[in-house]
Amino acid sequence: MTDLPAYNFAYLDEQTKRMIRRAILKAIAIPGYQVPFASREMPMPYGWGTGGVQVTAAILGADDVLKVIDQGADDTTNAVSIRSFFAKTAGVATTTKTSEATVIQTRHRIPEQPLTDKQVLVYQVPIPEPLRFLEPRETETRAMHALADYGLMHVKLYEDIAKHGHIATSYDYPVKVDGRYIMDPSPTPKFDNPKMDNCAALQLFGAGREKRIYAIPPYTKVVSLDFEDHPFERNVFTEPCAICGATGVYLDEVLTDDKGGRMYVCSDTDYCETQAAEGPSRPTPTMFLPPQGGGDAGAVRADAIASSVPSPLTREGQDGGGAGDVRGATITTKLNRTRDGAS
Amino acid sequence: MYVAVKGGEAAIANAHRLLASERRGDPAVPEISPDQIREQLSLAVDRVMSEGSLYDRDLAALAIKQARGDMIEAIFLVRAFRTTLPRFGYAAPLDTAAMQIRRRISATYKDLPGGQLLGPTFDYTHRLIDPALAGDETAVPAPLRAQIVSTELVPHVTGLLDGEGLIERNAPRADGLPAGDLTREALEFPADRDLRLQCLSRGDEGFLLGMAYSTQRGFGRTHPFAGEIRMGEVEVELFAEEAGFAIPLGEITVTEFETVNQFTGSESAPPQFTRGYGLVFGHCERKAMSMALVDRALRADELGEESGAPAQDQEFVLSHCDNVAATGFVEHLKLPHYVDFQAELGLIRKLRREHTARHVKEAAE
Repeated sequence: MTDLPAYNFAYLDEQTKRMIRRAILKAIAIPGYQVPFASREMPMPYGWGTGGVQVTAAILGADDVLKVIDQGADDTTNAVSIRSFFAKTAGVATTTKTSEATVIQTRHRIPEQPLTDKQVLVYQVPIPEPLRFLEPRETETRAMHALADYGLMHVKLYEDIAKHGHIATSYDYPVKVDGRYIMDPSPTPKFDNPKMDNCAALQLFGAGREKRIYAIPPYTKVVSLDFEDHPFERNVFTEPCAICGATGVYLDEVLTDDKGGRMYVCSDTDYCETQAAEGPSRPTPTMFLPPQGGGDAGAVRADAIASSVPSPLTREGQDGGGAGDVRGATITTKLNRTRDGAS
Repeated sequence: MYVAVKGGEAAIANAHRLLASERRGDPAVPEISPDQIREQLSLAVDRVMSEGSLYDRDLAALAIKQARGDMIEAIFLVRAFRTTLPRFGYAAPLDTAAMQIRRRISATYKDLPGGQLLGPTFDYTHRLIDPALAGDETAVPAPLRAQIVSTELVPHVTGLLDGEGLIERNAPRADGLPAGDLTREALEFPADRDLRLQCLSRGDEGFLLGMAYSTQRGFGRTHPFAGEIRMGEVEVELFAEEAGFAIPLGEITVTEFETVNQFTGSESAPPQFTRGYGLVFGHCERKAMSMALVDRALRADELGEESGAPAQDQEFVLSHCDNVAATGFVEHLKLPHYVDFQAELGLIRKLRREHTARHVKEAAE
């Protein structure tokens, strides 16, 4: 803190923090509702996590232990930059261990290890409005939320099924929170959506450029939108992680040469390191949540949306999706290599 | 071999070290000082102050140096500093009629009270590169300064028109509330004119120039005349509760532009000239003019005019004119997105497999 004498604890002035906390409280009181707030310019660019940074700055206390991830990893450039920002301006302890953190700021992932009621997960959100790409006007989308007029979204999902046989959204997959508001989960892969449901941790979402904060209180029902006859499906990987052997986790595909060689490794670096240290992985039970769906949010059958349209294509089985079939051989040769030569 | 995607702190520190060296350039060439930038690149300083929303010539000059001349980066530096400053009040409205005028032009009258004053302008220069500027420093002849005619107020052209009732009055807010503050509350739509003007005044010069230009080419035409442009120094005053009167804080340079727009009347308004307004820190003439044209275009709904052109759409214009927000979001595409890309890879492979399967099946049939 000595090199920044002019700045307050965690950078923001107390008046601004109070303003943000009021917005957070309102957001918690109305789960999934986007609360406008007077977002400040931050010393990093809009679109690079300023919303998450402001939320974190407003809730951070001197005793907190902060973890920052981007793409699931603690060592990606922007995660490093944000973590060092708070280490410098707030002097708080930082960690890469999910279990040790009290506040976790994230971009694009939810940690694999289940969170506890002692933790807060802060998401960086680029576009908070789940209806934005269906309706560009804020005036319109606010009215649609107020009236719970979500027909447009269901039609979009239905059209996907009619055209492709699936809902063609693999990340940023819309959810309904507490049976009321449709919410954008930030661009996490839909693989992570089930983790938001009934989560023990408080989940806060900050969109700095768009000046919105929203929240999912602990133990709140969060349902990924779907149809009775087209239930929500998670991305499924058929391969285990090439480093730690974990299954049922989200994997990054890493190209190893220019001849089609590739390997799959955990996106959550802390989880990967923990599993690797503990030896051959046993899938954590919570990684296999029961498949969501059952048409709760949709409450209609896809073929009921336009009964005159022939029933959409038959549903695909729980097929691999992400993990292709190309790489069998290359993976085994990479199995013993570890990330960044840490071993 | 698999090289982990690790952007360690060392890499970031090294990149910034390299950046500092690139900023300095060839050490054989003397380093420029912020003073030189402030004095000799003064229009760059003015732009950084106006879009950075902070009147501080020295700080703007330093920001330009630090940003290696990247204007939006310099504006961003100033904004990020500005937002940390405490607010101790709102200044009284500027009295631009009392401006110490350095430039004042009206295109609507040949001559008018207060006169026409060209001032320091590129207008009527021939745009020929001047090789003399590349050589050793040459003495610049001292400017001939017009005898300040009087310290009396120079009336606004629009005020003169108002005498005949030919131009609309600038009405205060109908609800009587003080002007809003764009930086203290999230902008909501529809936004009133006070907030629209604040937003435009800090908006990107290039974006607003393009928007203004589009109205001249027929996308939401508003028939503007350059009622008046004036540039000079005005006093900033703060009303002090304890003293019971306004205390002068100092002088700032501003550029003000007012359009006089033809208007043949509508259901809601009588035939009368209407106004578009631009006001920016420093000498930023192109920006002030663009702002006024866009301001007038954004009043289409209020005046019951036909609308639908991009420059008349306040959600479109106001949501996208801020270059600090725009550059951040466009440039954030440089951040890693491989988690989402992975999800898309999975989806596209699946869709392709199914596409192929369908075609094979169709061919078989």
